[in-house]
Amino acid sequence: MLNTSTDRAIAVKDLKKSYGKLKVLDGIDFEVHRGEILALLGPNGAGKTTIVRILSTLLSQDEGTATVNGFDVRREPGAVRSSIGLTGQYAAVDEYLTGRENLEMIGLLYRLGEQETKNRSQKLLERLDLVEPSNRRVKTYSGGMRRRIDLAMSLIASPSILFLDEPTTGLDPHSRITMWEIIKGLAATNVTVLLTTQYMEEADRLADKIIVIDKGSVIAQGTPTELKASIGPDHLEIIVKDDDDFLNTLKLFETDVLQNDPKRRSLSIITKNGTADLKKVLSMLEESKIIIDSLSLHRPTLDDVFLALTGHSTSVEAERQTNASTTL
Amino acid sequence: MTTLAIESNIQTQQRKPKILWYVSDAWIMTQRSVRHITRSMDQLMSVAMFPIMFMLLNRYVLGGAIDTGDISYANYLFAGIFVQTLAFGANYTTINLAVDLQQGIVDRFRSLPMNPSALLVGHITADLIRNAISGVIIILAGLLVGFRPTAGLIEWLYVIGLALIFSLAISCLSAILGLVVKSLEAAQWTGFVVIFPLTFISSAFVPTQTMPTVLRAFAENQPLTHVMNAMRTWLVGTPSDNSAWIALAWCLGIIIISLPIAAWLFRVRGK
Repeated sequence: MLNTSTDRAIAVKDLKKSYGKLKVLDGIDFEVHRGEILALLGPNGAGKTTIVRILSTLLSQDEGTATVNGFDVRREPGAVRSSIGLTGQYAAVDEYLTGRENLEMIGLLYRLGEQETKNRSQKLLERLDLVEPSNRRVKTYSGGMRRRIDLAMSLIASPSILFLDEPTTGLDPHSRITMWEIIKGLAATNVTVLLTTQYMEEADRLADKIIVIDKGSVIAQGTPTELKASIGPDHLEIIVKDDDDFLNTLKLFETDVLQNDPKRRSLSIITKNGTADLKKVLSMLEESKIIIDSLSLHRPTLDDVFLALTGHSTSVEAERQTNASTTL
Repeated sequence: MTTLAIESNIQTQQRKPKILWYVSDAWIMTQRSVRHITRSMDQLMSVAMFPIMFMLLNRYVLGGAIDTGDISYANYLFAGIFVQTLAFGANYTTINLAVDLQQGIVDRFRSLPMNPSALLVGHITADLIRNAISGVIIILAGLLVGFRPTAGLIEWLYVIGLALIFSLAISCLSAILGLVVKSLEAAQWTGFVVIFPLTFISSAFVPTQTMPTVLRAFAENQPLTHVMNAMRTWLVGTPSDNSAWIALAWCLGIIIISLPIAAWLFRVRGK
């Protein structure tokens, strides 16, 4: 690697960007280590795409610094471009060319040479399951195929850092899962991935580290587990049949009880290893002959995290509120 | 799933002087644009059908009523249709650039270690190739409807040379339009709004003498008329004036001014 003094693939410091009076980025800081998958999570208009565009040298920041692969995005854009692959929000493919032609064009523009370009194209087409349609024009491709050829174009130069801007937005569930598997596979080859997403599930499944962004600021960061833990522990909720059982249950678990609600005859117990505790609790209840109405395991989701942090969810309403700035 | 061997792409780059890289990038971009010509029905139509249609309509519908003095209308008309075809062909840069900008592929090119202006060069070169094909088709069509050139080899070379420079000049202007317009629809309209009036208020289809004073003053002094008059002189021997020099000056002037503007616009757009 070119910069051995650091294992930071991306370092962003106090990044600011405004369009007129509209502050799109209001002082963003974060770092990504080599081989990590980082998810920038936030609603539409939060500033995710702006960050990706700055890091991939397509846009310049007003203030702050950003280095990618050890190169400053402003002073050494050429070196940055040689280190990265970019898959934007809209599949950046040439519809009149075939999948293979698209791929080879980009390979040549990365200056890989004819033979190397051909070899790598073939390997990527095989790897992304695109051999069969490779000689058809991209115009005829499905949404999922388009995304995959787009991703292949970003991968052809074996970039050490990959930017994926909403890689699964608009895909059907099956194509989404395929895409997740591919992205996971990339990280296994030591590629650093920075992806943006509005989907909690996507961030949760893929990311080593999540940075939650809202209105141009980082409002939380950490591993998915850390973020979820910040909201509170996993808990089991027990609802019992009658009031006697309710009191018995309270006695039974005593100090472990997180909260209780006599009206609903429900109580919550903190749990550290969810499913194992579930069995234990169930057998304890059975031994004490307590009849239960329901027993369920609750885990804080990233949705809960987001709601707790911002006071709004990432849902459609949130999108509407910030829609004015989405095209930036 | 097999994994790709990870090598730093920087090491795989061969050593080559910058200018050669630029030429090779521009050539890759040109190949891309040329593939678009043969694969888009719309472009194929405009390359072959429209020039022939215009030739036939003017020659047979209007031709009988237009007095072109000593020379036949077919001989008079040819230079006009020829230049009009080149102008419309060169206008494709506007549309193709607008499409690229809209589809996000420009962002990909910009994120590559190449000089993105190679994309402009690619579109403009493709215009030249498109116009070369259209040019041949229009010459053949002209010969079929009675165009009888008296030009020798030297005159033909002059015609081809001026045609190329003219095509290049219009493409450079088109590049600016393509970078300025906000939508694809607007890009498609620029051809009609800009090029139609320019070709009609010229010596393309009728001699300028019959036009009202203001129109005539415009028609006789705008670059397209000079290009047409110069070609007419070379092709069918109409009396020569200094049109060729004026045409050349216009075209070179347009290229020198608009090329840097287009390159600059391309750099700043979206930043």
